[in-house]
Amino acid sequence: MGVKRRNFLIGAAVVAGAGVFGTIWADGSARKRVMGATVKPGEGGFNAWIKIAPDDTITVYSPTIDFGQGSHTALAQMAAEELDADWTKMRTLQAPPMPGFANSGLLQGFISEAAEGLSHHVPQSLLSLVARSVPIQLTGGSSAIRFGGQNLMRKTGAAARLALIAEAAARLGVPAAELTTADSKVTHAKSNRSLRYGELAAAAAGRSLETDPPLKAAKDFRFIGRSPARFDIPGKVDGTAQYGMDVALPGMRVATVTMAPVRGGKLTSVNEKPALAVSGVERVIKLDEAVVVIAKGYWQASKGLAALSPQFTDGGHGDLSSASVFAAQDKLNAEGKVLAQPAGGKLLAADYKAPFLHQAMMEPFAMTAHYTDGKLEAWGGLQDPLATRGQLAKAAGLSLDQVTFHALIMGGGFGRRFPQYSQIIEQVAIVAKQVPWPVKLIWSREQEVSHGAYRPQVAARLQAGLGADGKVAAWTSDYAQHGDARAEGTVPYAIPAFEARHHKYISNQVDAYFRSVDASQHGFFNESFIDELAHAAGEDPYQFRRKHLPAGGRHLKVLDEVARLSGWATPLPQGTGRGIALVESFGTIVGEVIEAALREDGYPQVLKATAVVDCGTVVNPRNAEAQIAGGLIMGLSCAIGEEITLDKGAVVQTNFGDYPLLRLAEAPPVIAVHFIASGAKMGGIGEPGLPPAAPALANALFAATGKRVRQLPIRDQAKG
Amino acid sequence: MAITATVNGEPIEFTGEPDTPLLWAVREELGLTGTKFGCGIAACGACSVHVNGEVVRSCSLPISEVAGKAVTTIEGLMSADGTLHAVQQAWIDIQVPQCGYCQSGQIMAAVALIRQSGKPSHAQIDEAMTNLCRCGTYPRIREAILKATGQAASASATGAA
Repeated sequence: MGVKRRNFLIGAAVVAGAGVFGTIWADGSARKRVMGATVKPGEGGFNAWIKIAPDDTITVYSPTIDFGQGSHTALAQMAAEELDADWTKMRTLQAPPMPGFANSGLLQGFISEAAEGLSHHVPQSLLSLVARSVPIQLTGGSSAIRFGGQNLMRKTGAAARLALIAEAAARLGVPAAELTTADSKVTHAKSNRSLRYGELAAAAAGRSLETDPPLKAAKDFRFIGRSPARFDIPGKVDGTAQYGMDVALPGMRVATVTMAPVRGGKLTSVNEKPALAVSGVERVIKLDEAVVVIAKGYWQASKGLAALSPQFTDGGHGDLSSASVFAAQDKLNAEGKVLAQPAGGKLLAADYKAPFLHQAMMEPFAMTAHYTDGKLEAWGGLQDPLATRGQLAKAAGLSLDQVTFHALIMGGGFGRRFPQYSQIIEQVAIVAKQVPWPVKLIWSREQEVSHGAYRPQVAARLQAGLGADGKVAAWTSDYAQHGDARAEGTVPYAIPAFEARHHKYISNQVDAYFRSVDASQHGFFNESFIDELAHAAGEDPYQFRRKHLPAGGRHLKVLDEVARLSGWATPLPQGTGRGIALVESFGTIVGEVIEAALREDGYPQVLKATAVVDCGTVVNPRNAEAQIAGGLIMGLSCAIGEEITLDKGAVVQTNFGDYPLLRLAEAPPVIAVHFIASGAKMGGIGEPGLPPAAPALANALFAATGKRVRQLPIRDQAKG
Repeated sequence: MAITATVNGEPIEFTGEPDTPLLWAVREELGLTGTKFGCGIAACGACSVHVNGEVVRSCSLPISEVAGKAVTTIEGLMSADGTLHAVQQAWIDIQVPQCGYCQSGQIMAAVALIRQSGKPSHAQIDEAMTNLCRCGTYPRIREAILKATGQAASASATGAA
């Protein structure tokens, strides 16, 4: 998630805040209504995010979805830390998609990132009010832990602990200062008495909560920094975990869809009869830009769909191709200014290109909806349950109160499941209103691949002046893409004159998010180009980067550590190369070193990978390691083989046959991941492992073959 | 004309048409949703099940082909007393899954590999484990297979608490 999404969030807060402001928390009855969704009599609810039951079970309600990044477990660790809880009785549930559970911590995090220092002057309660009036529960921007965990779970846990102590002090008739907490109990050591959180919670929750309670210092952590087993894993090894795809309701029908091949195209005609002749097919429904076939089961629905020959317009985009997009982007970049050659130095210029990319989540889209008595009930997995509920209501012409949405776990997301461009939400709402049954709409993999919301195609023209002192004196980056990516286009190096210029280019594709968003393309451009500069200066790429980084800084430490752990200076066999890259994204600095060679067929083979990460503080190291390694592998997969191309305005690729993902044999057998505990402001962990992978690989292949790759995917480009 | 087979040890009569892929028969007719739909062209392996002990991609196998055969899905791996299969336990011990959607298929492929080769080598793992995982859990899949077969797993960078 980049700058543009932050801007969107803040803009929405300002606009929405004024109107909806006091309606949720300002009056007691509204507060009661929100808590009533989760808290039963006898239980204690704290700020909507934490609930303590009489049997000592502590439930954390997460406004963010856990789609495998382990955030639900880590959020419980953070709440348990401040609560001094008994870990065996912690659990995390998805917060209901209600405005009262909108993610105020996320908003606070983005505001403080966008305007460092501003949030210190804005009271937490005000931010909280604003956020609760903005219908956002999005999972993205590597924000669940650094914003949601830090701002919501730790603070609520700490405030709840103080309230539990106050209640215990009153009951035991002792000063609060004489009480200690551990294992979900408040203890008075002097009198050898203790009270369980479960017996204190209901009354403690009625006390006023500290709005800005002190948090534990890192040296006192008992849960943060440990690696308890993830809550969600048992259900994912025995087949019981229920994804959006797995919903089954009595009388349910199954539907599938085919959309206009060209995004922006409309349905002009379709003869429904061939589908209705297929056994099991019950309905054919025409949408503006799609045809839906409803049947008893998925196989029958897809046979019915295959029997149809729908006609679509091309929406006026019939001339677009990947090549025409790049040509237009190159033209825009050429309008940028030409950098002057430094006296006694060299001028380097290079054009880099990155294609549209598909998130390729393993679970294709599936949503279920049932319309009865003027109400819509729906099930599915999206990256923002609350916004999904709003979109369902809008598409069905209902009010929010008339729509229930059940957020289920997701088989991957990586940015594809943001509601604003998840067309399945509108499709299932419209279809459900036209039929008497619950209906599950499933996208085939072919629809999924060819109707994606892709990482934007980007072309960039990089120029740099290498001074007589062998250092980079000036650097410009002209890049053409839909959205502004200036934040991601910057480099960590000390360069006297650095400028990134965005040239807006809009195609018929949506400007969508992809794991690590713009940091992946621009990380590839910048970290490849600095490698070119190092070679032009006749220097080792690691040493060249070193001398452009401030001494004693976090970036230098990450770079040094990844060079050391990877054995940067050790000799390699002929034909094998080592590449290094350093990218900061989502507040986390990651350095990666890749060793690679070319296979006989010219395809790159990654032999070894080392990653060093400074995200400030690590909440769950074992899980964070999995996120970094997974991001690195996804980065390699994208760099080596993945590409979405347009022809006559339509996407060419259809399935994993022509959109090849990296397989186990092609991934490095072991990825060494090391964390630097800098104690700096907490950064994200889900996305930052991805961006350095492509440039580290391209740099390794250059070291191995002498051939510079400037356009992704690499595939067989590095071949002699 | 119904097609009969056993699924997880139970005799089953499939009522769907003979060209119905086994995937949709087990998911929609039997309600065994642990077997996942990923691509429909046998490319990703999310739908992997065992037929007479061999791993197959059920999205591309019509039920007419399983008549009289024994089908095992992820739901049929654990023993009758509820003990997880050693491979499932290794998947938990190594904390393999992320989103988890491909993992039923990965586990079925791993069980078949181990049944066939006992203690698979790295090369055998490379060759047999061709199912796709978008989250990038491959290093841990490899580690879990080694662990399940009592082979020294390569050290992972950060250990468990």
